[in-house]
Amino acid sequence: MESSNTKEIKFSEESLEMVKGLIRRYPEGRQKSALIPVLHIAQAEFDGWLSPAVMDYVASLLDIQPIEVYEVATFYTMFNLTPVGNCVIEVCRTGPCWLNGSDDIIEHLEKKLNIKAGQTTADGMFTLKTVECLAACGNAPVMQVGVKYHEHLTTSKVDQLLDTFRAEGMISHTNPYT
Amino acid sequence: MGIKILTEFIDLPDLNRFEVYRKHGGYEAVEKVLKNDTPDHVLAEVKISNLRGRGGAGFPTGLKWSFIDKSTDKARYLICNADESEPGTFKDRYLMERNPHLLIEGMILASFALGVQQSFIYIRGELFYVLNILEKAISEAYAKGFLGKNILGSGFNLDLYCHPGAGAYICGEETALIESLEGKRGNPRMKPPFPAVSGLYGCPTVVNNVETLASVPWIVKNGGEAYSKIGIGRSTGTKLISACGHLKRPGVYEIELGLPVEEFIYGEEYCQGIRNGNKLKAVVAGGSSVPILPANLILKTAKGEPRLMSYESLQEGGFETGTMLGSGGFIVMDETTCIVKNLWNFTRFYHHESCGQCSPCREGTGWMEKILHRIESGQGKMSDIDLLADVAKNIEGNTICPLGDASAWPVRSTVRHFRTEFEKHLIEKRCPYIK
Repeated sequence: MESSNTKEIKFSEESLEMVKGLIRRYPEGRQKSALIPVLHIAQAEFDGWLSPAVMDYVASLLDIQPIEVYEVATFYTMFNLTPVGNCVIEVCRTGPCWLNGSDDIIEHLEKKLNIKAGQTTADGMFTLKTVECLAACGNAPVMQVGVKYHEHLTTSKVDQLLDTFRAEGMISHTNPYT
Repeated sequence: MGIKILTEFIDLPDLNRFEVYRKHGGYEAVEKVLKNDTPDHVLAEVKISNLRGRGGAGFPTGLKWSFIDKSTDKARYLICNADESEPGTFKDRYLMERNPHLLIEGMILASFALGVQQSFIYIRGELFYVLNILEKAISEAYAKGFLGKNILGSGFNLDLYCHPGAGAYICGEETALIESLEGKRGNPRMKPPFPAVSGLYGCPTVVNNVETLASVPWIVKNGGEAYSKIGIGRSTGTKLISACGHLKRPGVYEIELGLPVEEFIYGEEYCQGIRNGNKLKAVVAGGSSVPILPANLILKTAKGEPRLMSYESLQEGGFETGTMLGSGGFIVMDETTCIVKNLWNFTRFYHHESCGQCSPCREGTGWMEKILHRIESGQGKMSDIDLLADVAKNIEGNTICPLGDASAWPVRSTVRHFRTEFEKHLIEKRCPYIK
């Protein structure tokens, strides 16, 4: 696999400062508490997914064992353990979104992108994921791209969004702390 | 419109800015308390108010606070549970996004009452944009002297930080949340010990929902007794209801507890009835985990009395004919809804979200999902209905945390109230709702 594994795994100065600040939020000796926040930053910085090498790097930063990072990274669904496209589209499929047509939205996206949920387009532009309830049920159906929610989806709204993402060269994995 | 405790100013532009919040009475409760009151006084007011946990369980907040272990020298922690993930629930997101300072003020007051010097807001990772709104508000509160060392010259110190999750429904369970905050998998802990004795880092900890903490400033300002007079019976105060599904006007509504369910669904001020002129079929009144009720039983109890939006009225009839107020996630389904497919969807959710520690939940949710899939796709047998109910019964009460129960209750109630719909799928060997 290319991407993360081919370049040196090291946070930018800015991210490193941020990581140090996050660790300081927890009592001394409890730096492991910063693991999830730091993994979010790592995923953003290293191409949108957590390779074993990235996880090992995070373990070294937090002075914990690599296995402690793997345990966590494999538990939480927001962490991608395989490479993803530039723009990860996460569509809610749970009850209230389903009542409002999320199945149609997912099917439409699969057709438009010519992939199944869980896959990445051949050009590496889009990854389509289905996710569970995003706490936006009143505005269903809903999808998330990066930190942004897109609500009240229709197939035509999805088409417009895809056009915009393509035109802008959307990259969804940016540092979520702004 | 009834009284608004949480949402009076919610539509003001820029309410998330310190000055705007302050101009409308914000942080006055903190000023009052830090100048004149003792921690015990704040605790007493919250007890008198009979405020109950708004995350779903409805446990009295004052009582929960009074359990915190004061016999040790260890640090104490307050954690705000902002892991809002219960399907149908989107009230905390609304509150935090629009009025972050209200939550911060509630957390300052609660921390003062509990003797806490460090507190956290654990917010689901998907809501990072809300986390950023909260962090901005927190830094304003630090800059204005409402957080940090020696707040308003009182000698009281408090640090407050946000902590993101990363996609795990189970982290809404308070001990799983604590594990997650410690940087681990969100596996719920065995209880006892309860967090009030041994929580975050083994220290006494209180975990409260966003809406619960956001109710505290009003209680402190106006008194617990004034709060206790709002609502009905032991369901005091107001509740945020997040209404969704097939409604004309879904959204978040602050209601006074005791409002008739019928008025909430059909009233002009509220949801304005069912979309497209359709008929009401069923309601899940308190988030996906609570028992589903058919239209007749959500509007009226089995005794024929109007059903009210209160803890007691929704429970009237027990699990046979009643349900729960839960988180206030109010999911409405019209006559076009396939109730079997809805249940399959919910059950898939619980299977996906089970942490895997307890075999009844880990395996049982998967079995239920499979059985439901086969019934929905026309492959089922008549005996599957009882098998489904049996699996659910064997999960219920046999797991470390309530996720097992939460997966079983929708199954048992759907089978109880909509058995003929399952039968129709099995007889026709297809979903009757697919044209």
